[in-house]
Amino acid sequence: MKSIIRIILITGLLSANIYGARGMLQIKGSDTLINLVQRLSEVYMEENPGDYIAVTGGGSGTGVAALINKKCDVANASRLMKPKEVAQAVERKVDVRRVVIAIDGLSVIVNPNNPITKLTVDQIGRIFRGEVKNWKELGGNDVAITLYGRQSNSGTFVFFRDAILKNDYSQKMNRMNGNAQIVEAIKRDKSGIGYVGVGYVKVAKGLTVLKVASREGGEYADPLNANDVKSGKYPISRPLNQYVNGSPKGKVKKFLQFELSAKGQKIIEAEGFFPISEDYITFNKKAGL
Amino acid sequence: MINRNLQPLKKPWINSSTKDKIIHGFFFFNGLISVFVLVGIFALLVYTSIPAFKEINLTSFLTGTNWNPTSYVKEEYGIVPMLVSTFMVTIGALCIAIPLGIGTAAYLSDVAGNRTREIAKPVVEILAGIPSVVIGFLGIILVGPFLAKIFGTSNGLNALNGSVLLAVMALPTIISISEDALNSVPKNYDQASLALGASKWQTVYKVKIPAALSGIIAACMLGMGRAIGETMTVLMATGCAPAMPESFLGPVRTLTSSIAIELGEVAYNTTHYYALFALGLVLFIITFFINMVSDIILHRFEKVNR
Repeated sequence: MKSIIRIILITGLLSANIYGARGMLQIKGSDTLINLVQRLSEVYMEENPGDYIAVTGGGSGTGVAALINKKCDVANASRLMKPKEVAQAVERKVDVRRVVIAIDGLSVIVNPNNPITKLTVDQIGRIFRGEVKNWKELGGNDVAITLYGRQSNSGTFVFFRDAILKNDYSQKMNRMNGNAQIVEAIKRDKSGIGYVGVGYVKVAKGLTVLKVASREGGEYADPLNANDVKSGKYPISRPLNQYVNGSPKGKVKKFLQFELSAKGQKIIEAEGFFPISEDYITFNKKAGL
Repeated sequence: MINRNLQPLKKPWINSSTKDKIIHGFFFFNGLISVFVLVGIFALLVYTSIPAFKEINLTSFLTGTNWNPTSYVKEEYGIVPMLVSTFMVTIGALCIAIPLGIGTAAYLSDVAGNRTREIAKPVVEILAGIPSVVIGFLGIILVGPFLAKIFGTSNGLNALNGSVLLAVMALPTIISISEDALNSVPKNYDQASLALGASKWQTVYKVKIPAALSGIIAACMLGMGRAIGETMTVLMATGCAPAMPESFLGPVRTLTSSIAIELGEVAYNTTHYYALFALGLVLFIITFFINMVSDIILHRFEKVNR
């Protein structure tokens, strides 16, 4: 932890010295979004020399907390703000606006040695609540299930719990530090199951991305298939959000417009996520974009 | 022109007794700072912890076996699994680091030639400079898979992994301080021992280590302090599942990693926020207690040695 703080401080100091803190756009939050927004900002900075953007992670909760404490300009969030956070923002006179920049087909992954290739939402819920303890019960091998999830500051942690489990995670679930760590763990662990943003599985090899049906007897859909996610057939898709303070203007607006432009959306697809639908385009227009 | 009224020698700016007083005051003040900082930290921890117990029952805090402040159903604040985890990882680390550390120290002080010592000692000290994130990373990609293979578990994110990594981090402290302690044993001790016909091994084992024991114990205690407070490494390598640990081959979640995970996103001035400070207070009390015990032991041995 100490080292991390040190690194952050040093980078902070350096960047402040080189660029002048005022001109720098600070983006903070979701670990699911970090690579994507990083890539977007790189292309943006190439096109707009003189504009500087710093993208850091820490989890959706961390990003939203930073926005409320006025420590960043844009908060990446892979979940919606919690009522508690909205109340806090009001208290601190932060007028939060939500913009949807991409769609994620949240992917459930297992090791390729696991014969299971598809599950229903209900089965996934039972696994992560700790009710199903052995792969045998689902028609797999006779090995105990090892759960891999995120830590509580992760938006993915909250989204998956609220949308799929509708209850607490098993206390035995390993709490990993980021999407990439879950991917690495599943590659190694024959008994493992985990969940990550689709952007993290599109390029990764050595994983089975499970097909998921919303109910028993329903049709199984694949998060890697753009049509399944866009049409809503894949049951665990979600919008990836950015929150800003007040109606976006100036540099914030310029960058958000870039993200939502045809070029920005193309980068989003290249990174493994999906472009936003008409509904969200209208939604963003209401936020002033 | 000659100045007739020669002035007497310039009087010193201040006389020497005032100077003494000022210097005395300066050092006294420096001494006080560390005491103030310590008392200040303790006071702050107590002050920010107290509000937590308006909503959390102290007994359930100290004896509860579930920690789940962001629960979907019911918030729970029980620290027992984290206490158990912290002690498991620390004791595991000490079991590995103490024999290795004392062995290395004895080798460096009594067996190794000058050349070897001059190379080995800086290397050990460099080990202390490796950032904990790097050690944690090694735990994930190297130690974890290795342990998983040896013990036939499905993964290596467990207490044993944490112990091995913390042992590596505690080693430099244990080695350097033990070695200093062994070196400060008067030369005539081992000369006398050798003259009486004891072998080199007997001399180290029966004469030098007992003579340097107070220093060696201090070294181990400092190593323990390092292990108990370490955060990043255990956060990365031990799985961090909040359930009560079942064995050294299962995941654990220490006090430090819980604070690190949750403090980033917690809303200020909520019960959860105060509860995290209460965790910090518990950690503070544990380290304080360890230091106190080691101090008592040190003094006892000093008396015996005299």
